[in-house]
Amino acid sequence: MKILSIDTSNYVLGIGLLDGNQVMGEYISNLKKNHSVRVMPAIQTLMNECNVKPAELSKIVVAKGPGSYTGVRIGVTIAKTLAWTLNIPLTGVSSLEVLAASSGRHFNGFVSPLFDARRGQIYTGLYQFEEGRISSIMEDQLIMTTDWAPKLNELSQNILIAGNDLPLHQDILKEILGDKAVFAEITEHNPRPAELALLGRNKPDEDPHHFVPNYIRLAEAEAKWLESQSNQKNK
Amino acid sequence: MKAEKDQLILGIETSCDETAVAIVKNGREIVANVVSSQIESHKRFGGVVPEIASRHHVEQVTIVLEEALRQAKMDIDNIDAIAVTEGPGLVGALLIGVNAAKALAFAHDIPLVGVHHIAGHIYANRLVTEMAFPLLSLVVSGGHTELVYMKEHGHFEVIGETRDDAAGEAYDKVARTLSLPYPGGPHIDRLAHEGTPDIDLPRAWLEPGSYDFSFSGLKSAVINTVHNAEQRGDKIAPEVLAASFQASVVDVLVTKTVQAAKEYKVNQVLLAGGVAANKGLRAALTAAFSGLKDVELVIPPLSLCTDNAAMIAAVGSILYEKGKRSDLTLNGNAGLDITIHNS
Ligand SMILES: [Zn+2]
Repeated sequence: MKILSIDTSNYVLGIGLLDGNQVMGEYISNLKKNHSVRVMPAIQTLMNECNVKPAELSKIVVAKGPGSYTGVRIGVTIAKTLAWTLNIPLTGVSSLEVLAASSGRHFNGFVSPLFDARRGQIYTGLYQFEEGRISSIMEDQLIMTTDWAPKLNELSQNILIAGNDLPLHQDILKEILGDKAVFAEITEHNPRPAELALLGRNKPDEDPHHFVPNYIRLAEAEAKWLESQSNQKNK
Repeated sequence: MKAEKDQLILGIETSCDETAVAIVKNGREIVANVVSSQIESHKRFGGVVPEIASRHHVEQVTIVLEEALRQAKMDIDNIDAIAVTEGPGLVGALLIGVNAAKALAFAHDIPLVGVHHIAGHIYANRLVTEMAFPLLSLVVSGGHTELVYMKEHGHFEVIGETRDDAAGEAYDKVARTLSLPYPGGPHIDRLAHEGTPDIDLPRAWLEPGSYDFSFSGLKSAVINTVHNAEQRGDKIAPEVLAASFQASVVDVLVTKTVQAAKEYKVNQVLLAGGVAANKGLRAALTAAFSGLKDVELVIPPLSLCTDNAAMIAAVGSILYEKGKRSDLTLNGNAGLDITIHNS
């Protein structure tokens, strides 16, 4: 059972190979560089190193967002195409869930992974590990940090906050949450592709033809169009 | 004697608002040609919205791939090479085709060839008739207006291009002025046939000997004509305006194409690009070249004028034969130059 995992949803480019109960290899970089140019060569290099042929893969797991629209689409396109053409299962995992699992597997409390979404907003959600199993406590969402922090403050346990974009939001979180906020170490901010593969291994398969990213947000033009439609109705 | 093995190229095209996959045999014969158009989705916005186009491509790409192989009754292992549009176009849209092509090429160890979109439009003609060099191609689409000279297969020389708007852009803007629905080109073409070109609109000939084009002055003249009439309380018949506008565009396109065909002593003139579907342009070119016995005019059927992947596979066939290959670092390039194919 060889699982290839692909994460291009944010600046971190992650490729993982999981064989049964062993992580064969991982490629991770955290660079503001073009995913489209680098992801297929990274997959090729890792698979060559591990001496795994495409036909030997038994499943593809992809980080399905949220994140950069273009970034998520690159990984999802590759994952869909590989799964379809190799006729193997495809599974999507929340990009936030991967980050939560990469930092908070043994944290006693809640985990709030985050990606910056500009203008004071973050993509985030709330996760918790219980006996090695991760569950979603609050769904992935796009929210102002100033609105998210008070929600976290109502919780009874400490909250681990992780993500490479943390420095952009840390002051606000610290101010509102005080000691309740536990900030992950810099080595815990990269979503790990092997975690992605492991999470995906236990999730149901999806149809590659109908698999789409989870953008969370509508395209701007679509949102404006819907707004103008409902304004007309209300007139 | 044993026949040589057929060459089969799978083409992928996602540069704008069509998700397209095709399979072409020996560079000339369409075995499968699938186009999934998003035009209905973009109509409500009055034009193609790049983010929405990209989202549609991700939804469609494997479905269209499977449909093409199903139509061809083939397996991916029958394919000799994968050709994909690497540019120009909307970068987010291009990335879907490029990455699907790379994944497919990697999964089955099939050679990969990046193709220029306009080279594709020109090679749509090879699916109709064999090319005869040297040749000249008039490429007219929403984003392009150019005259391309080819001395041989896979070699492209741009001898004239638009300095401002593409012809198709001018059509869309004039259509908007006339409050016609998107896409406006076909509506103008239809209206133009109902009216007479009685309004004298400018023709931008530029410097003598230049094969470049300019349509922004014409576009402004149309808008001014409409505004001036409104201020006088007149209303210009839209069919007269459409006919006059189309007459100006077609006049410049045809005259420059005929001049270039003579100067470069070409054997063939190929019409290419979405605006090649325009009936007025087709008729005028046919009339102009009927007097030039030594030059063959080729006009592809409408289905091959608009974006499709058979045309990309047709270029891919030649490039593959010439030994051109792309590696897994292939990227979408919004501003790709057609001369990349020249060796
Ligand atoms: Zn085109």
